[in-house]
Order: sequence, then structure tokens, then C-alpha cells
Amino acid sequence: MTILVIIAVILAVIPLLLILGDVFMRGAPAISIGFLTHLQKPPNVSGGGIANAIVGTFTMVGIASLISVPIGVAAGIFFSEWATTKVSAISSFMNDVLTGFPSIVLGLFVFVIIVYPTKQFSAFAGGVALSFVMLPIIARTTGESLKLVPITLREASMALGIPRWKTIFRIVIGTGKNGLLTGILLAVARATGETAPILLTASTSIYFAKSIFQPTASMTVLIYNYATSPYSSWQTQAWGTALVLILIMLGLNLAVKLTIGRNLAGTRTEL
Amino acid sequence: MDSSAVKLETKDLKATYGKVQALKGITMKFPENRVTAIMGPSGCGKSTLIRCLNRIHELTPRTKVEGEVILDGVNIYSPKVDPVAIRRRIGMVFQKPNPFPTMTIYDNAVAGLKLNGLRNKTKLDALAEKSLRMAFLWDEVKDILSKPGTDLSGGQQQRLCIARALALEPEVILMDEPCSALDPIATAKVEQSIVELKKEFTVIIVTHNLQQAARISDYTAFMYLGKLVEFGETAKVFEKPKSELTEKYITGKFG
Repeated sequence: MTILVIIAVILAVIPLLLILGDVFMRGAPAISIGFLTHLQKPPNVSGGGIANAIVGTFTMVGIASLISVPIGVAAGIFFSEWATTKVSAISSFMNDVLTGFPSIVLGLFVFVIIVYPTKQFSAFAGGVALSFVMLPIIARTTGESLKLVPITLREASMALGIPRWKTIFRIVIGTGKNGLLTGILLAVARATGETAPILLTASTSIYFAKSIFQPTASMTVLIYNYATSPYSSWQTQAWGTALVLILIMLGLNLAVKLTIGRNLAGTRTEL
Repeated sequence: MDSSAVKLETKDLKATYGKVQALKGITMKFPENRVTAIMGPSGCGKSTLIRCLNRIHELTPRTKVEGEVILDGVNIYSPKVDPVAIRRRIGMVFQKPNPFPTMTIYDNAVAGLKLNGLRNKTKLDALAEKSLRMAFLWDEVKDILSKPGTDLSGGQQQRLCIARALALEPEVILMDEPCSALDPIATAKVEQSIVELKKEFTVIIVTHNLQQAARISDYTAFMYLGKLVEFGETAKVFEKPKSELTEKYITGKFG
């Protein structure tokens, strides 16, 4: 029995290791300080980089976070603390449906409501599209994490004459904060790796964007453009960008583990 | 009844859980600075009763409360009264110890004070020590105050919860079977603190342990199926119960 389980784990991990290994081998030759700090150059011209794509991705994920974190956490609090109401049950269901939505459809939606009226691709529109991707994830994980906090802790807090809003923010969220942070970081990781929504909203650019209301490059769209180009120098850069993206993902996941580890250190629950 | 004043009383108190009528009209008086035990078989409504006394019962969805609960002459269910303020005057200790898991022992003890806005460190330190002493926990934790509250044993956690309730300096302390999750030695320590508490507070304790009621309480109430069957001085209720039902419960014929 144990052997079967171990084999299953190995089979599950092999694809990840293969991808990591492949991306590393093909992408490492492209990596250099210049790669991370210079703007793009024409094919076969040396010294090109992806600096604007890195900045573009971070900018749009930043905008998306500013929008989706407060709204998503608030929605999650509603799902958890007002769970017995009909409104909560219905909206929670709709939120779950939204988590699985095809991201290209979200991109089309933002194209219609922002890009078309403003006649302008923009980093802002890209950020909004990514916020649609992040919001349901954050709302769902926040709601589930807070539901895990035992009712007895809420009662203990209310019995001390602590008002409900303070009970929610200081005790319930205080106890469930690991789950919240994990959910937010996972949503950020997901948004960082999205392509379709920003293709339709932020388009692309070979320059840094001067404001968020202009089109911008992003790492994922750059990978798409360079990988489908006929130039091998660009294709290598695409692999290099893929490597940077994966390293960022790994970094985010590591940050989650470390945050949880630090918060859990020194607590133990009595049965 | 001795000449102690009435601190808390109920008038025709009724309470429901959804469709179930848990309390069917309870009228009783709780004497000041005394320990009143409420006993009865499972499902008689004793927990519901004390949860109505500090307006915790209404926090459960689909519940209703009717009737009056009068604290120092004021009905706490009147629309003018703020339930949050009432809960600072009537504290509660629950059946299972529930210290806040993300807080230290010190922070747990003063949680009610800190989260209600008290910032003065000297006052907080003083109240922490006072309430931990009253819960007979100070000597065991005075050197480890910055350790997480959940590092303590079950009995110590329950005494920490008692200290947490005491720190707010309430007038009444409600206890819902506080020792049922504890071993005999921890139970003895908690009982020791309860007997001391009545000097400053009015204590109302729900217990299914007859010997405990006999040991520590001054007055005993016996409930059955949502009704108050008998109430009186503990010695009299145990030795010469007025109701046949009470006698059957005390002699172990049911419950």
C-alpha cells in the first residue's frame, strides 16, 4: 500500500520537475542583469531585455490587488459571518462559479467596458481584468478560512462585551489570518501568470508605459509574442522570461510557507 | 432566604431554538454575592437560561427571547439597553476552555480590557495580576506570561478564561458547567476560586454534578423540561426537597 502511494506521489511530481528542468535549461542562457534591466531590442541584436515587461506585469498585478483584496476580503467576511442568510448563500454560489470562469471571457468583458469606450488599451484595463481573476479566489479562500474559526471564539469575544465588528476584525480575522494571506498570495500568483485577459486589454508595448492609461508589455504576452516569432534569439528570450516567471511563482509560494510557518510557530492546540 | 439583596432576576423568561421551546416561563431571583447553582437533567434548559442572562442566546440564528431579565432594577432586554454594555457587567465562562489562540497568556487575561480600549500599561498589568490571582493561576504563569495561551493544560486554560472574565470586573459571573471538561484536581482548583469569588461578585453556575452543587453553592435551582421546579438554600433543597421530582433527581432516580 505504501509503495503504491509513493509511486503516485512520484508520478505527480515528475511533470513539475520536468517542466522546471526544461525551462531552466532553455531559459538560463538568456538570463543576465542586462536581460532584466534593458528594453527590448530587434531580433539578433544583442543587449535586449524584458525590463518593461517585468514592470508591466507588476504594475497590473498591483492594480488588480488594490481592487480585489479589499473587496474580496470583505466578500469573504460576508460569506462567513452572515452565512445563514439567503443573500450570502446565493452570492457565495455565484462567486464559486466565477472562480472557474474562462479568463479570456473576463478579458473580453473588460475590453467592452473599458477599452472600447476609452478607445485605448491600457495597463489600468489590464489591472481591472486581472482583478476579476483574483477577486473570486480571494473571496472564496477568505470565506473558507474564517468559517474554520470555531464559534466558541466568537462567543468568548462577544461575552467579554466586545462589539461584533471588533470580534470579526480582531478575533476572527486575527485567528484566520494565515488562510487569508495564503489565499491572497495564491491569487497574486495566478494573476501573474495570466495571458488572455491582458492580451485583450493592455495589449503590448516595446517601451515602459508612461502612465497606467497606456498600453504596456507584460511577461506572459511577451512569451507568447517571442515564442511564436521566427527568430531563435527571441525564442531564447521567451524561455528566459518563462524562467523568470516561474522563479517569481516559486518565490511567492515560498513566501506563503514562510508566513504561515512564522505565525504557527509557538502555538499548539489542546484537544 | 437570608437578608442578601437580589442582584439579578428573571420574570416569565421564555426562549426558543427554532421551533423548540427551551424555556417555558422562568421566574426567579439570584441573590447578590452568593453562588447559585442551576442543576437538572440534560435538555432541561439550564444552559439556555444562563445564556439568556447575558444576551448571548440571541446571537445564535433563529432564536427568540421573551420576558424580562432585570439587573439592578433595569430590564436588560429593553430596547434602550445596549447588549454589548450588559456583557461587560455580566461575564461568562464556557464549558470548554476557549482562550484566544493567537494571544499570549497576558493578552488573553486582559483581552476584554484591551479590546474595549484600555491602553494604560500599568492598569493592564495590575488587572492582569489581580484577575490571575483570583483565578488561582498567577503563581503558575507569572513567569511565562508571554507564552501563547494555548500552551497551558486544559485546567489552566479554563482558569485563564475565568481570569479573562474577571479582568473586566463584572458584577455577575455566569459559568456554564466550567469543570465538565477538567480532571478532578483542576476541578478542585476552579471550585476553590469560585468560593472566593462570591466575596466580590454574584456567581451563577450551571452544573450537572450534584456533589459540586452541594459543595460550593449557597442556593440551588432545579430545572426540568424548561421549567423551574424548585429553588432554595442548597442545604434545604438537598435535605428536604419540596418537590418529588427534585427528590428523584437528587437520589439519582433519573437524569
